[in-house]
Order: sequence, then C-alpha cells, then structure tokens
Amino acid sequence: MANSYYDPADLRKFGKITEWSEELGTKFFDYYGKVFEEGALSAREKSLIALAVAHVVKCPYCIDAYTKDGLQRGITKEEMMEAVHAGAAIESGATLVHGVQMMNKYDKLSM
Amino acid sequence: MEQSILTDLKKAAKKSLKARDNELANSKMQLDILNGELFADGELPFFKDKIAETGQFPLRPKKLEILQINVGYMCNQVCNHCHVDAGPDRKEIMSRETMGQCLEVIRNTGAHTLDLTGGAPEMNPDFRWFVEEASKAGIQDFIVRSNLTIMLANKKYNDLPEFFKKHNVHVVSSMPHYTQGKTDKQRGDGVFDKSIKALQMLNEVGYGMTDSELRLDLVYNPSGAFLPADQAAMEHDFKKALKADFNIDFHNLFAITNLPISRFLDYLIASDNYEDYMYSLVEAYNPAAVENVMCTNTISVSWDGWLYDCDFNQMLDLKVASKVKHIKDFNDDMLSNRDIIISQHCYGCTAGAGSSCQGTVA
Repeated sequence: MANSYYDPADLRKFGKITEWSEELGTKFFDYYGKVFEEGALSAREKSLIALAVAHVVKCPYCIDAYTKDGLQRGITKEEMMEAVHAGAAIESGATLVHGVQMMNKYDKLSM
Repeated sequence: MEQSILTDLKKAAKKSLKARDNELANSKMQLDILNGELFADGELPFFKDKIAETGQFPLRPKKLEILQINVGYMCNQVCNHCHVDAGPDRKEIMSRETMGQCLEVIRNTGAHTLDLTGGAPEMNPDFRWFVEEASKAGIQDFIVRSNLTIMLANKKYNDLPEFFKKHNVHVVSSMPHYTQGKTDKQRGDGVFDKSIKALQMLNEVGYGMTDSELRLDLVYNPSGAFLPADQAAMEHDFKKALKADFNIDFHNLFAITNLPISRFLDYLIASDNYEDYMYSLVEAYNPAAVENVMCTNTISVSWDGWLYDCDFNQMLDLKVASKVKHIKDFNDDMLSNRDIIISQHCYGCTAGAGSSCQGTVA
C-alpha cells in the first residue's frame, strides 16, 4: 500500500474503476466524455469550469488533469487563475451568505 | 525539486547539448532511454507491439511524395524543445556538392513536395543558390521551414520575404503561442516580438492573405510537457488573437507534438516529466494516425547526404534500412522496398489526431 492517501500516478488508473463494476463505470465514463464535448458551451469553456470546480472540491487529481487540459488547449495562466478565483469567490460567498442566517438568529434571540 | 534547477530549466538555453557536452547529445544514450525500463518492464507497450495489434508492423513506405532536406544544424536560436539540437554553435552545414546530388534526385524523382529545414536553413551560405536551382525543377509544393526571427537577425536576411515570393516558396513558420510569455520561454527573449514583425513583413509582400497563392502556415509546438489540442481549435484561437492584436493573416496552423528526443527529452527528464509524458503519448495512441504517419511518404536527407525515414530518425542517427543509404546512390525502387525504423519516440506522431510536419491529421 502507498503510504499517502493521494498518489499522482493513481490518476492514470482511474479507468480501472470499471473493472469492479463494469456497467456503472462504463455509464459514468460515457457520461463524462459526453459532458466535455463541444456543445452550447465550447470544450474550452467547459475545461475552465472543470478547473474551477476541481479547486472548490479540492480534488488534486482533477487539478492536475485540468491544468494540463488547459495548457493543451492553449488556455493562458491568467484565464486559469481567474477561473480559480470564480470558484473561490462562490465558495467564500457560500460561507458568507450564511452570515445572514447568523444575523437572523441573533436578532430573533435578542430583545 | 530544487527551485534553482527549476528556474534554470525554464530559461532558454544558450548552447546546444553538443556544445555543453551533455550526454544526451549522444543518440545512443537517447535510444537507451527510449528502450528503457518503462517499456522493457512491460509497464507500457513497445511501439512495435502496439502497431502490431492492428497488423501495421512492420511499417512500410507508400509512394514517395516528400523529400525533406536538412541543409544544416546552424541556427540563430536555441529553442528548449528543439529535436535537432540546433544553435549558433552547430557547424554542420550542407555543402554545394551534396546540394547538387539532392538537385539530381529532385529532378528525377516523382516527389511533389520539397521541404527544406534546418537549423535555420537560410543560414547556409548556399541556401539562395539551392532555392534558385531547386525552384527550376518544377516541384509542386516548395516548402522552407523558417524560424521567422532570422529575417531580422541581420540586414542580409531582411529581403527574405521578397526572395521567397520570387520563387513561390511555401513558408512554414514556428509560432509556439500567440502570447509573448510562452513564446519567449520556449524560444528565447525577444523571439515573440521579432516573430510578429517577420509575419507582418511576410503579410506585406502578400503571404498568408486569404486568397493569396503565397502560402504561409504556422507550426505550433506545445511549450511544455503536454500534447497539442485539436488542430482546428488551436488554429481558430491563433487566427483570432493574431488578427486582433497584430493584424496578422496566415493560412493554416499545424499542431505538432514534441517528440521525446534531444533537447525536449533532456527537458522531460530534468523536470521529472518523462514518465508522465510517455504515458500521455501511449494513452493518446490512435491506430488511424499510423496510416498517415509522415515517414510513409517522406525521405529525410541530412546535411551530409545520408538518408533517413524522418527528421527525428535523422537526429537519432537511425539511417534507412536499405542498401541505399546516401543521396548520391538514391534509388526510389530500392528505398520503397524497406521497413521503416521505429522506436518509442514514434508515439509522438501517432498521438490523438496524429502529428505531421505537413499538418496531416487522421
């Protein structure tokens, strides 16, 4: 067993999840592949969304994968960093908007 | 990794591997790495076994269409990814005598495309003589691979756009990105601005305009350990950015994968990216791309007249597997009856839609 929870080389083995559940694994990868095809959004735009989400869910495999994917597509580092900030802003906003709940509760409990 | 090593890696080199006495200047050392444990231990399949799965081994040539002549390894640039290990310190230059032997073959072969490369081919002192003579041979598509900056390197090169136009040369130029940072990192400081200026000079004489017969194509190589994206999508992005920012027009973009040899191999190993890169190439393997791989319709000639299946095999010193090995003995029939020499670097030409000097994709 590896002595750390994350091993960068494990990303290459992602496809192997199908070996233990072929039907679900195959359905997942079909879906995944379809999602990132050119559509109403370009594959390039979807790559940047994936990069932002990768940071929000803090998935090191996804960050590696979509940084490389961005480089391959010619996406600039400025675009990548803006995408990360968009994700971070939503994540911190999601925390801060709960401040309203705190304020509501505070007001309700106070005389 | 030590930060200082990483910083050094990201600076453009000043000298060739050869001048630095780097062990990777030795082609045998490169082949040992390409045949090394990653493949020998069965972690990844040898290229030979991969193409055998679809009955494509041994790889055999089709009709000879392209003669690619490397007129010398001298160059005014020292790009980090260069598979030729070219640079100002390289003195290997094709002589007029060897050029004469090439002309003889150009006149007699059925090849419709002549492709001059280097180094910076323009730096060969007999370059203009050779172009003038070769253009008389009535070849259909006459390509010169220009690094662009040479046109501004010295006054004597400033008229190259006019010279190319006069001989109806098809100019194929390297342009790693439409932003300055990536271009200069790969090719050296100031390369981006000079390349832009040179493209504008070519546009001024009529190259690259929509309806112009003066062909101007760009070559994109990724500036790092990753593969190029879809050629058409990259072309779209390049066209949009170069037009908007610099009013530059060009015809097509060829997205070419960096092959793991020479200076790019040195970079991959030093930056600890070699294994991942080889995985990426093998994962992206496309049997359909094998059909159109450029070694099946090309012969590559070195500065000293030796024959190779492609420019990459030339740099690995893998001469053609034929009795005829030199341009002076050129024989189309004998050459077409050979097996193409392959190794693991060949995965670079079969990844994704494929990668070819002529921009062909599967």
